[in-house]
Amino acid sequence: MKYIFQFARILGFCLAGEALHALVPLPIPGGVWGLVLLLLALKTGLVKLEQVKQTGHFLVGIMPLLFVPAAVGVMELGPELMEMLLPVAMALIPITILVMGVSGKVTEFLAKRTGGKHSD
Amino acid sequence: MTEFAAQSATWGVVLTLLAFGLGTWIKNRTGKAILNPLLLGSIFVMVFLQVAKIPYEAYKASALPVSYLLLPATVSLAIPLYEQWELLKKNTLAILGGILAGVVTSLGSIWVVSVILSLTYTQYVTLLPKSVTTAIGMDVAAELGGMGALTGAVIVLTGIVGNLAAQGICSLFHITQPMAKGVAIGTAAHAVGTAKALEMGEVEGAMSGLAIAVAGLLTAILAPVFAGLPL
Repeated sequence: MKYIFQFARILGFCLAGEALHALVPLPIPGGVWGLVLLLLALKTGLVKLEQVKQTGHFLVGIMPLLFVPAAVGVMELGPELMEMLLPVAMALIPITILVMGVSGKVTEFLAKRTGGKHSD
Repeated sequence: MTEFAAQSATWGVVLTLLAFGLGTWIKNRTGKAILNPLLLGSIFVMVFLQVAKIPYEAYKASALPVSYLLLPATVSLAIPLYEQWELLKKNTLAILGGILAGVVTSLGSIWVVSVILSLTYTQYVTLLPKSVTTAIGMDVAAELGGMGALTGAVIVLTGIVGNLAAQGICSLFHITQPMAKGVAIGTAAHAVGTAKALEMGEVEGAMSGLAIAVAGLLTAILAPVFAGLPL
């Protein structure tokens, strides 16, 4: 039952997130609102870590699996992807490499500047 | 076959699990990064649908319980974020700075490419949120008037590229801190990249998970600003 209750709590935050998305006129998806609300609830002690931990870790752990149906959908979008082949290829390879490189280097640079209290 | 596929509410979930399981088994047997379970699993499902002549829509409907879990999974990203709070607090500036730099680089370089290749507004905003998790990226693209489904495809492909190239990119840029590696992978390649970061280590995995959430949030906030830039 523990896992069902944990799942129910997480779903409660999904629902609250969806409600905020409907109410607040900003392009912030329900999932992001739910994430912020759950983080606030954990920080304020409204929800204890033990009350969501196992189910939450399970859901985060299986995320790659959850992308399979969407990835299979790429098959259907073949013609649209071909039409935008060059921009899509640019977005996929050079931009991904650049974003990963920039964000890693900036993190390292700032961590060293601010005392390098990183955890190895 | 098609008739059965239309009636059964389970086969899509079973097919997804079998294909992903087979992908994981092959990955573990060979130990090759290119044989990613998501990539292999998706290809197996595509081949099966082609051979059995089952339309994608029928699979999508039957596999809905799998896709549905993406929402609670996204919300659950708050948990690793909370668990790594101490490490996050000590390095707030470095982590947030690194993620922000990555998000701005992603949005900015998509804008530059769109200007150079003279894309339409719809094409531009379709590509704009391509680095963040589908749950956020597809919604952001749709809100801005892009083609959400195509954004989803580009996001998944970005994740696969990031997952496969993560080790190589970190060596190329001489990124050695586990924290910085995690931030870089999560910012550039969301949950699919995070699967690789989790293999690299606990700090890499947690920081990558954290970066998915923060990069997603920053993209949701900044994408509308970039969408307003002239093409």
